[in-house]
Amino acid sequence: MPRRRSTIRSPRVRIQPLGDTAVLAELGSRLDTALNTRAIALAAALKRRRDVRQAVAGHASVTVSFDPDQITHDALAAAIRRLATKRPPMEEPGRLHRIPVVYDGPDLDEAAERLGLTRQRIIDLHGRPIYRAFLVGFVPGWAYLGPLPDELVLARRATPRTQVPAGSVAIAGQQTGIYPLDSPGGWNLIGRTTVKLFLPDSDPPSLFRAGDRVKFFAIEA
Amino acid sequence: MTETLRVLQPGILTTIQDVGRPNAVASGVPPGGAMDRFAHSAANLIVGNDRGAATLECTLTGPRLVAINSCVIAITGGDLGPSIPMWTAVMLAAGDEVSFAGRRSGARAYVAIGGGVLGDRWLGSMSTNLMCARGGMHGRALIAGDVISTGEWHDPPVAGRTLGEPLRPDYGDHRLRAIPGPHYSRLGHESQHELWNASFTVNPSSNRMGYRLDGASLRAPADELLSFPVLAGVVQLPSGGQPILLMADHQTAGGYPVIATVTSASMPMAAQLAPGDELEFEETSIEVALSARAAQRAALESLTS
Repeated sequence: MPRRRSTIRSPRVRIQPLGDTAVLAELGSRLDTALNTRAIALAAALKRRRDVRQAVAGHASVTVSFDPDQITHDALAAAIRRLATKRPPMEEPGRLHRIPVVYDGPDLDEAAERLGLTRQRIIDLHGRPIYRAFLVGFVPGWAYLGPLPDELVLARRATPRTQVPAGSVAIAGQQTGIYPLDSPGGWNLIGRTTVKLFLPDSDPPSLFRAGDRVKFFAIEA
Repeated sequence: MTETLRVLQPGILTTIQDVGRPNAVASGVPPGGAMDRFAHSAANLIVGNDRGAATLECTLTGPRLVAINSCVIAITGGDLGPSIPMWTAVMLAAGDEVSFAGRRSGARAYVAIGGGVLGDRWLGSMSTNLMCARGGMHGRALIAGDVISTGEWHDPPVAGRTLGEPLRPDYGDHRLRAIPGPHYSRLGHESQHELWNASFTVNPSSNRMGYRLDGASLRAPADELLSFPVLAGVVQLPSGGQPILLMADHQTAGGYPVIATVTSASMPMAAQLAPGDELEFEETSIEVALSARAAQRAALESLTS
């Protein structure tokens, strides 16, 4: 079968109001690098408009705050649709971060059991891909990284922990992440790192930015 | 820079706030800023500041303050029983005190001082972020003994400049106008009906991040969403069925369905709710919401003409 060229099939964008001065533009609902690349490009293009106050990409969407004195909701929606059909500019490869991890998380044994894998196999699998930072947000410095290898896809814990230590490396669903601060959390903790994710005295204050690449490697405790 | 006021008693939670740091959300840092932007802007304009200057946001019980140097101040927002008239420029002489007798209505009062309150600037804003311990008064709430400094003040004092009562928000109106959210259609008919007809109570755990709403339980759609950036005013519905109204210090992204968004003109009213207060959501259209927003802006503009 001939391979289809990777043109953008007229993308269906779902644009819905978020109140009277913002909209949510959804490009899709899958965890997908191409969708995320388009979302980040769309946010960047929207940010250049004078009638847009703020545009931030999600995994497969863009949240857009606008100035209703300069543009109506409907006109903005039309502009977003126009921009979304444009082929995104060639994406520069995101910065690559190599993160050392001590794989001794409190959920490693349970994860091994639930996944039917050995501890070592989890460690090998987790360190294999170069992950993408899909979205930085939720709490300061947190990045949703993925996609995980299929063998590591695991539901979050039934009961979230009330306190997860900063630096915990965790997996849930198709994603992995590092807790930047001590906080409650429901992801499965498989390891820890000393790398600081939240850098309050830098600008921007997060080590990871959307579109960056992240590779984990195992170190001894 | 002038040392203007000294804090004698801080009140439960008094923080320095301006209009926040919207550009920091891409790093996961809450935008922050004054909860009630109308009252914050009005207080600044009454004393002749830019509307974005920093003010003191006083929660439930106000502080007791004494003037170190003469200054012009204005108190707006919720009525916490201040010792000076509200929504009006008042001249203080060195040694004059301002205090609050207690909450009569609303939850947050704003104190603007001619020249603007000065605080630590972090990521483009002087707003206090308690979680990150940055901005404002060294990243914390005011304590007794703190000295409030203010900037250069250019505007000649307009003695008694005031915002007339008809132009002030009706903080007694707890019906928050809202527009159906992106995931509203995933609610069943019964839950849609509940959303617009039930009375909700602000849970005691509520704070500047958001309000958990007790009362009616809504049936959340089962499917999980990929997280997306959210905004103040968004009403999320976690799987437990207890909605959360996001406020100024909200988490920057969420994966819960957004069932409604409170309009920009109703957010000042939302900001004046305290734990235990009741509220309702009233469905409205973008057009109606924008005309309410325009009316509030006209009220603020009347202070600059």
